[in-house]
Amino acid sequence: MARLSIPKTYKLYIGGKFPRSESGYTFEVTTPKGEFLANAAKASRKDARDAVTAARAAQGGFAGLTAYNRGQILYRIAEVLEGRRDQFVEEIRASEGVSAQAANKQVDAAIDTWVWYSGFADKYAQVAGNGNPVAGPYFNISTPEPTGVVVALAPAGKSGESLLGLSAVLAPILTSGNTAIVLAHPTQPLSAISFAEVLATSDVPGGVVNILTGDPAPLMPWLASHADVNALDLAGGSEGDWVTWQSDAADTLKRVLAPSVGIPARSVERIVAFTELKTVWHTKALG
Amino acid sequence: MGFLDYAPAPESTSVLNLQKEYGLFIGGEFVDGHGSAFATVSPSTEEVIATVAEATEADVDKAIAAARKAYDKTWSRMSGSERGKYLFRIARILQERARELAVAETLDNGKPIRETRDVDIPLVAAWFFYYAGWADKLEYAGAGPNPKALGVAAQIIPWNFPLLMLAWKIAPALAAGNTVVLKPAETTPLTALLFAEICQQADLPAGVVNIVTGAGATGAALVAHPDINKVAFTGSTPVGRNIAQTLAGSSTKVTLELGGKGANIIFDDAAIDQAIEGVVSGIFFNQGHVCCAGSRLLVQENIHDDVVSRLQRRLSTLRLGDPLDKNTDIGAVNSKAQLARITELANSGDEEGAHRWSAACEIPARGFWFPPTVFTDVQTSHRIAREEIFGPVLSVMTFRTPDEAVAKANNTPYGLSAGIWTEKASRMLAIADKLRAGVIWANTFNKFDPASPFGGYKESGYGREGGRHGLFPYLESSDWTKGGR
Amino acid sequence: MMTRVPAVHQTPRSQTILGGSPTEKALKRFLEGIPGVDTIGAEARAAGFNTRSLKTSSKVWGLNTIISMVDLTTLEGADTPGKVRTLAKKATMPDPLDLSAPSVAAVCVYGDMVAETRAALGEWHVSKRPDGVAVAAVATAFPSGRASLPVKIMDTEFAVSEGADEIDMVIDRGAFLAGKMGLVFDQIVQVKEACQRPDGSYAHLKVILETGELATLDNVRRASWLAILAGADFIKTSTGKVQPAATLPVTTTMLEVIRDWHGMTGEKIGMKPAGGIRASKDALRYLVAVAETVGEEWLTPDLFRFGASSLLNDVVMQRQKMTTGHYSGPDYVSVD
Repeated sequence: MARLSIPKTYKLYIGGKFPRSESGYTFEVTTPKGEFLANAAKASRKDARDAVTAARAAQGGFAGLTAYNRGQILYRIAEVLEGRRDQFVEEIRASEGVSAQAANKQVDAAIDTWVWYSGFADKYAQVAGNGNPVAGPYFNISTPEPTGVVVALAPAGKSGESLLGLSAVLAPILTSGNTAIVLAHPTQPLSAISFAEVLATSDVPGGVVNILTGDPAPLMPWLASHADVNALDLAGGSEGDWVTWQSDAADTLKRVLAPSVGIPARSVERIVAFTELKTVWHTKALG
Repeated sequence: MGFLDYAPAPESTSVLNLQKEYGLFIGGEFVDGHGSAFATVSPSTEEVIATVAEATEADVDKAIAAARKAYDKTWSRMSGSERGKYLFRIARILQERARELAVAETLDNGKPIRETRDVDIPLVAAWFFYYAGWADKLEYAGAGPNPKALGVAAQIIPWNFPLLMLAWKIAPALAAGNTVVLKPAETTPLTALLFAEICQQADLPAGVVNIVTGAGATGAALVAHPDINKVAFTGSTPVGRNIAQTLAGSSTKVTLELGGKGANIIFDDAAIDQAIEGVVSGIFFNQGHVCCAGSRLLVQENIHDDVVSRLQRRLSTLRLGDPLDKNTDIGAVNSKAQLARITELANSGDEEGAHRWSAACEIPARGFWFPPTVFTDVQTSHRIAREEIFGPVLSVMTFRTPDEAVAKANNTPYGLSAGIWTEKASRMLAIADKLRAGVIWANTFNKFDPASPFGGYKESGYGREGGRHGLFPYLESSDWTKGGR
Repeated sequence: MMTRVPAVHQTPRSQTILGGSPTEKALKRFLEGIPGVDTIGAEARAAGFNTRSLKTSSKVWGLNTIISMVDLTTLEGADTPGKVRTLAKKATMPDPLDLSAPSVAAVCVYGDMVAETRAALGEWHVSKRPDGVAVAAVATAFPSGRASLPVKIMDTEFAVSEGADEIDMVIDRGAFLAGKMGLVFDQIVQVKEACQRPDGSYAHLKVILETGELATLDNVRRASWLAILAGADFIKTSTGKVQPAATLPVTTTMLEVIRDWHGMTGEKIGMKPAGGIRASKDALRYLVAVAETVGEEWLTPDLFRFGASSLLNDVVMQRQKMTTGHYSGPDYVSVD
């Protein structure tokens, strides 16, 4: 007789912990054919609020790490993900209904995405920042800094994105030292929560990444208008009511990245999009 | 025994797993060399650590052929991401074997274990991590939209930071897509050979990295070889000159990182205790065997006596002795020859009228040692003010005004490093502007980071190592047409 | 609220350095003219002390010395005679399993516990034997110092009259940060006066700078000079009630002032880091800092103290390990 398995409970990832939704709601996650896979937590606006609080609390410390340190943390994510790839391949096959080969390809690409961005943490400032030759006796330097707390939508395509899309959205946000609240793929969220387990075991401080599962639509107005969120990444949000969300964000003048078709897995522009450029002047005089 | 005579706290060498003899590392394997094998010796005890092969011209030819083959068949066809992954692997293994490497470096070089453990080896790993990340991002380096590797790079490194100098050479070269043949210094080959083992552990394709051990003859053979695209040399200015002359007219690219006579400038408003630390670190760290050493102290005349007495007080708490003792601050001089050079130059200081003071140290019976020494009353024309001593000897001179400080600091054919100590930021920035030196440390000294470019002006060499600019010596824009033969 | 700016009280030390009748202005100028501290460099130097490896005989000597330098402290609202009696006993025999362990330097309590403490020490009080334990009292509206000067003076006088051998006072940080150097100076001078006993002797004065509130090392440097000029016997980092309390960079900065003062005048001022030193490892680093900054002559309870409570048990356990060869545990030291 076959051994009885122990199905995993999929919860939210907030502040480095795995709570159920404070609302107690869950929703069914199924295969594309409609077979039951799991009950996932259905995040409420209070969960979203808590996620923002956690992200803000973690942001100063994360941005304060050396870029080298941050790069090492992102590289470790790749290492741990590589070590657990089989789990992800299985989940992707079940959630997306794709072949093992396609699932493997997606996992490879996701790992490589984390490696690429980890290698940029201590370099993008050398590309996006510089000294400025102003016309006067002043030292002048421009440096990019992380904008703060970013809310991001993982892309919601039919297949090929549940892990890769999440990685392509999240990695560049973290590279500069932002912290994030990510809304997972609405119908294929399992990879996101398993990915949260990778984060929890990869030296990523609690609160740096927070993952909410469920339907983004009721949550986004609250997040888009939240005064303690600095930027909105709608690149993965073409499926939703993004124009309203962009408008909600306008009140607090958040930085908003509009939806795009396909998220590049390597993009220095996506790193820089979530930074602020600071320019410092200082007088120079011998006497 | 006073409290400051800390009881022995020796680092154990049991972590090492050394061979008695080492061959050359060519084409992914250790092979025999055909020259006269030589011993590498621990400078603190004069004991033999291992025997190392000497690479003849024929061996060098083989190594370069292996590098060329690896470049043509494997490395140049590999994506940047793949190359990067190999470098990440190497970085990780370096971290894993950190303690072993620190002990080996201390044994072979003579520098204190505290420094190899806390400074050298962590930087080595960091250098590989940093450049690993550039391998698939070369289009952002600033070398044009589609930069290409040069091909095969011949690299010659000195004995003062053996493994770190290896990292400074190999990491950017490989990240940029080149393959390398590297010759470590004849007195410090050990960690380079352990690095070869690490390349094997990382499964680095055969021939991407080749290590040929030997002395001047091996180096000359490397430089003169017709099938290299690049020479990178760190060492003395006379040898650097030689290389530049040898390669004049050829299409082989050259970068040189040579000597220095760095000036540490202390203004009267400096944070004085930290300035003293910076001066001490600047010239006595690594026994002064540092190209960027702050070997000249330019102190504002009105605080001269106070600074000198604070310096002497601080130096009396430095501990000279067994490099493997964790409490040792000053280790052994790397070789008998180097000790003779230091001694000769220090004596010239006496002869020319400067005033010598040395910290009272118990000098061990065996090994090569020189106590931390400070010369005051040094004039700008003294040999000890102009020539690189490459030892724990500080020459102190004074200045009256910022202009004079700048003039004296720049009054040298060298131009590698300088230090500025003042609490006034506007002055610091203006002085930094005017100093003709490639690395300027303000209110700190001897800080290195793989993200920070390092290299000299004038006779301290050309080219930069570290940072985005550290890639340029190993890349060329695809649009350039090559001149020369 | 001061209605006039008084001339600053003169002290023998201020006379030597500032000359004449010191004014607030002169004092301020002097303090502001002292070379600053580069924080990164200071932290690097402190990190260097952390790399010293103390083994075998050095470690044993270090541990015994630390014990002899402890001001064993209880400063809680809930302090009772019973609590104080337990602490006093422990002060005299820190290791219940090894009576050869040295006694601590002092027991540190609030002023209204001084009499009880002194009685509990009995024959072990420092007045009865040279290796005895002293009674130190915090005073001057410890820890905040926010009370009128008359109240702070009375607090001091009371503790002294109750039998305190040492007074740990707090400076007025508010006045310091507002730039009223003369006020801070005068308060110290007057508290020092309040330490005088009828027989003409003085209780020994430690001046707490509360470095966590001073925030910068430049301020710590200046406050150290100010306290010494005003008559401190010891300068002390913290009350232990504010974070951060003692740190190695702060302690080193203060030791450097003591070193320079000794160089200028030949006088030896003592130093006490307090609060936040819980492990033997950390305390040993402080000894290294002392030896390498100001010299081995300062490695004596007359010139260096640790303000601590839980440190003592950790040192005793480490000491036990050096003798028995195995790690000790909380069951083998006493709860205090």
